[in-house]
Amino acid sequence: MAALRRLPETHVTAPTRRQRGVAWRQLSLKAKVGAGICGFFVLMAVFGPLFEPYDPASQNQVGAAGAPSLQHLLGTTSLGQDVLSQLLAGTRATLLVGVGAAVIATALSIVFGITAGYLGAWWDEGLSLFTNVVLVLPALPLLIVLLGYLPKSGITSTILVLGLLGWPWGARVIRAQTLSLRTRDFVAAARETGESSARLIFFEILPNEVSLIAASFVSTVLYAVGTSVALAYLGLYNVDSQSLGTMLYWAQNQNAIFVNAWWWFVPPGIFVALLGAGLVLLNFGIDELGNPRLREAAGANRIDGRRWRPADPTPVSRSLGAGGSPR
Amino acid sequence: MRFFARRLVFYFVAAWAAVTINFVIPRLMPGNPAESLFQSMQNAQPGELKAIEAEFGVGHDGSALHQYGQYLANLLHGNLGHSVILSAQVSTVIGQTLPWTLVLVGSATVISFFTGTLLGILAAWRRGGWLDRVLPGLTFIQAMPYFFLALLLVDGLAMHLHWFPEQQGYSQGLVPGWHASFIASAIYHSILPAITILVTTMAGWMLQMRNVMITTIGEDYVLAAQAKGLSPRRVVMAYAARNAVLPQLAGFGLALGFVVSGALLMEIGFSYPGVGLTLYNAVLSEDYPTMQGIFLVIALVVLLANLIMDAAYVLADPRARSREAR
Repeated sequence: MAALRRLPETHVTAPTRRQRGVAWRQLSLKAKVGAGICGFFVLMAVFGPLFEPYDPASQNQVGAAGAPSLQHLLGTTSLGQDVLSQLLAGTRATLLVGVGAAVIATALSIVFGITAGYLGAWWDEGLSLFTNVVLVLPALPLLIVLLGYLPKSGITSTILVLGLLGWPWGARVIRAQTLSLRTRDFVAAARETGESSARLIFFEILPNEVSLIAASFVSTVLYAVGTSVALAYLGLYNVDSQSLGTMLYWAQNQNAIFVNAWWWFVPPGIFVALLGAGLVLLNFGIDELGNPRLREAAGANRIDGRRWRPADPTPVSRSLGAGGSPR
Repeated sequence: MRFFARRLVFYFVAAWAAVTINFVIPRLMPGNPAESLFQSMQNAQPGELKAIEAEFGVGHDGSALHQYGQYLANLLHGNLGHSVILSAQVSTVIGQTLPWTLVLVGSATVISFFTGTLLGILAAWRRGGWLDRVLPGLTFIQAMPYFFLALLLVDGLAMHLHWFPEQQGYSQGLVPGWHASFIASAIYHSILPAITILVTTMAGWMLQMRNVMITTIGEDYVLAAQAKGLSPRRVVMAYAARNAVLPQLAGFGLALGFVVSGALLMEIGFSYPGVGLTLYNAVLSEDYPTMQGIFLVIALVVLLANLIMDAAYVLADPRARSREAR
């Protein structure tokens, strides 16, 4: 899942008044498809377990490693567990890890990003350095080592570890946006009228960063889902729990490939890829909602998904981060 | 020069952080790796616990500060500790496995970067063409977990069609060395793993390049170049792409962390004899010195690659130099 995590675009345009209640039909097809896929997965995570035909963990040696049939729509594992039931339970657990970690990471990125951007000076220097250091250290090897020391860690510790390592991307863009908003006239005007810093942050600056925060949240969900599936696939957290990654772990462990039990390892992989694609497409939509330039261009010259504006030297480039780019 | 000074300070701090995390993690974690190893050893003598603890550096002799100093001194001498499980120096183990990863992942990443960037230019140039239209579909492939793609490739191309070997880095029975049969075998075995990296990373470069290109093509100077009557190829490559590639270069360093993560998973999927597989085996066998040594080496290699990319970026973008020269 390499270059998947993209930094959401730092909107350095003047914060045009956000248009509320943008009609669904104004969104591009991509965004609609993305929202649809994500909605489908959320519904499945919430209500799916109600429709589980069997207990996902219950074993039945009689029908072990059976191909899809009317009794077992997606076949069974080599222990006779129902694949469809596992898929439904696994989707819920995987999405829970993704959303849980993203909530923690986004909260941290708002705190770090706003503090650095708003206070500036040494706060900015120190926090940016910290952010970039966390950003540049390879996360997966670190996670593998950490979880290697925490054998059989459950879902909570996974959420915590992923959340604590997942904030720097968001913090970077929020900082850049705060830095740029801080000097805008409307913030200066509010400051002149004697508003407190807290009010400036929560009522003037934060509302203008909502789309940025939402985009950062969605890509953090993407990162957390991808990483947690990978870690579960490696058997690095409780292998008895139900998740999409654990399904792949057992499929690999029980040589599903060699017995040609495609119905066992293909569905969880497709689900992860679909969920990931849905999140990426949803992010295009959020960009369009939050950045009017993208939406205005939605006609003949549509520039959906545009991420980078190389011609704009943004405040990020003042202290070049790990990538060291004007973005 | 101020730019370089700042970057050097940054990399110094980052390297220090990696080294220190590596020192702190084992000391924060519950339990003691030496004890777990001691318990797993058959007919171990009671005195050996002390020896193992000393080997892991988790013994209780000396203050934490003293241990830290010891640890740093060891690192400076290239001593990453001794793996009891593999009965070898960790540095030797890494020396044997790192080349596999560097060659495969390095070349696949460079190919992916160049091909993806070129395809991105094409997609932006021929706006609305077939290449441009398949792009949203690529997000699906891009979102596919590395190891899952590895599973599919092994299942289809190796298990069913027997086009490629399923596992390992070279055929069994061959002695690694610089002779034709070994090199041919190694290349043959690296094709599927390389395809996995290419397929999952190329779409990212392509999407990004296309998006930047579309913005750049709309710039006035590109219009001016067209008005001058330059050939379309020259306008696209020398005017638009020349500038649009800058964010690509800048993103390269950041994306590298993900490439490394993906490569670890790919290696495990293919049982490819690189550092990823070694790290995985170390975790499974609770081989803590190897685990930590590999983490440290991966972190330092990523930092080094970032440093090189920074230098390349400054060479490519004069603005980065002048802006920082204030």
